[in-house]
Amino acid sequence: MASEKKARGRFRQADREALYALALALANLAWWYLTAYGLGAGPVESYRYILGFPAWFFMSSIVGFILFAILAAAMVRFLFKDMPLDDGKGASW
Amino acid sequence: MKADMTLLAPVIAYLAAMYGLALWSNRTLARSSDFMEEYFLGSRTMGGLVLAMTLVATYTSASSFIGGPGVAYSMGLGWVLLAMIQLPTAWLTLGVLGKRFAIIGRRIGAVNINDFLWARYRSKAVVFFGSLSLILFFIAAMVAQFIGGARLFESLTGLDYHLGLTLFALSVVLYTTVGGFRAVALTDTIQGFVMIAGTVAILWGTIAAGGGIDAIMETLRQTDPALLSPFGPKNFIAKPYILSFWVLVCFAVIGLPHTAVRCMGYRDAKSMHRAILIGTFIMGFLMLGMHLCGVFGRAVLPELTVGDRIMPEITLHVLPPLWAGLFLAGPLAAIMSTVDSQLILASATLVKDLFVRYGRPGEPLPATAARTLRRAGFATTALLGLIVFAASLKPPSLIVWINLFAFGGLQAAFLWPLVLGLYWRRANGPGALASMVTGLGSFFFLSVYVKRFLGMHVIVPTLIAALVVFVAVSLATRAPDEATLAPFWVD
Repeated sequence: MASEKKARGRFRQADREALYALALALANLAWWYLTAYGLGAGPVESYRYILGFPAWFFMSSIVGFILFAILAAAMVRFLFKDMPLDDGKGASW
Repeated sequence: MKADMTLLAPVIAYLAAMYGLALWSNRTLARSSDFMEEYFLGSRTMGGLVLAMTLVATYTSASSFIGGPGVAYSMGLGWVLLAMIQLPTAWLTLGVLGKRFAIIGRRIGAVNINDFLWARYRSKAVVFFGSLSLILFFIAAMVAQFIGGARLFESLTGLDYHLGLTLFALSVVLYTTVGGFRAVALTDTIQGFVMIAGTVAILWGTIAAGGGIDAIMETLRQTDPALLSPFGPKNFIAKPYILSFWVLVCFAVIGLPHTAVRCMGYRDAKSMHRAILIGTFIMGFLMLGMHLCGVFGRAVLPELTVGDRIMPEITLHVLPPLWAGLFLAGPLAAIMSTVDSQLILASATLVKDLFVRYGRPGEPLPATAARTLRRAGFATTALLGLIVFAASLKPPSLIVWINLFAFGGLQAAFLWPLVLGLYWRRANGPGALASMVTGLGSFFFLSVYVKRFLGMHVIVPTLIAALVVFVAVSLATRAPDEATLAPFWVD
């Protein structure tokens, strides 16, 4: 079928959105890993503290949470598109 | 511990609200022209807030409120780090299953996961295997949640275990049966707010009781410096293990049927966008807040030994009774919102399989069947709920055992058939079936006999094996025909 080769419009956009979501999850994993083990791997005596928390924890679990919640919001705001989910009248499904 | 009415008041007020929502949903149901769509999926009308709340509340269960913080108490900040790995769940589940799933779900009239598998793979064996594992794992998981809730109820109020179990288990069964999916989603929303309020209250109370975060951290450092490191005491939280947790509690959550079904129940694209935004904030807040309570609690009440007793003890120690009651409602809410979702989906699966699919697969139902379906829907939900309730009163050891495998087992069975079914044209019925059997089989085998695989949780080798088998068998057998694929690929 010719039309499906193109997979235009909604499905192409939906596939792109799925990839963005996966990429953001991987970015989150990277941030989480690098801040936690990058700042927290040394001996506890050498820790710096931010607002009472060890710096590794503050960066990975608190800043990471806020940052990626904002990035997720930005992702749906700028990269996700509004589209009808119904096929509309005359669809043969 | 003596029963305290102040403690019970928030719980009772809250159960009353659940009944109210169920009755209201039942009126919507009575007016609805399509019983199956309304009862099992709320006619796909969820807005952003409700979708976010029901997704997060369904996912957060007793373990997030009781078990997890209990481990954080003995492991320190490293366990909070582990819990925060779940942050992407909302955007990952909604985003990866995505609008494709929502569009296709509408086209094929799917109200549960097996409807999707049936339309995509046209294999009775896949659907049968899917139904069997779904119902088995759900029943075991629901029983375990009920038992956890009843124990919590007993320890906080001093009232009899069986009274607590009866009170809240029957409440869940009743409101789910009467109100269907709409009641489930709406009560999940209330339950989500209760969880947030509970988390705020206990976190605030614990910080105050510990004399501020600086003082708490200092106490912890004197107790055991390892509590402040990402590795925990005795390097318990090893890196390969924590990284494999990303697969178990983050990536593979896409395959959990009770969260996946929500991804075809929203009203429009905007609702999905809003749900990603709200859901991510709530998920992060609940996970961070609850697990921090466990860690901070170590500085406030250093002498506790039994993990599951820690959150109730801290609650009673730091909060006045009315607030403690609100917190008690928090984990009960987490439990109820998980069980109600599993109950309605298990019922949808049974009703569809028993009365629709195996009756006349693929054909629309005659109008006379509407009444039969309506009765079958209510009866199946109530009956399933009562079976779970009865099993919770005197849990058979087999059920307790099965529950150990429920979370990973559901992922092993459903993740690839869902994801590859959506994104890989060549995926076919034999491939899906072989993958489900391999996934479940190897998950059982590895969990029992191997425990850890190269230092990782066994979900990792399980999912790899299930993926390899899926691809190999699909390629070795015939490609699905164009007519089957059309609803999934023609835009």
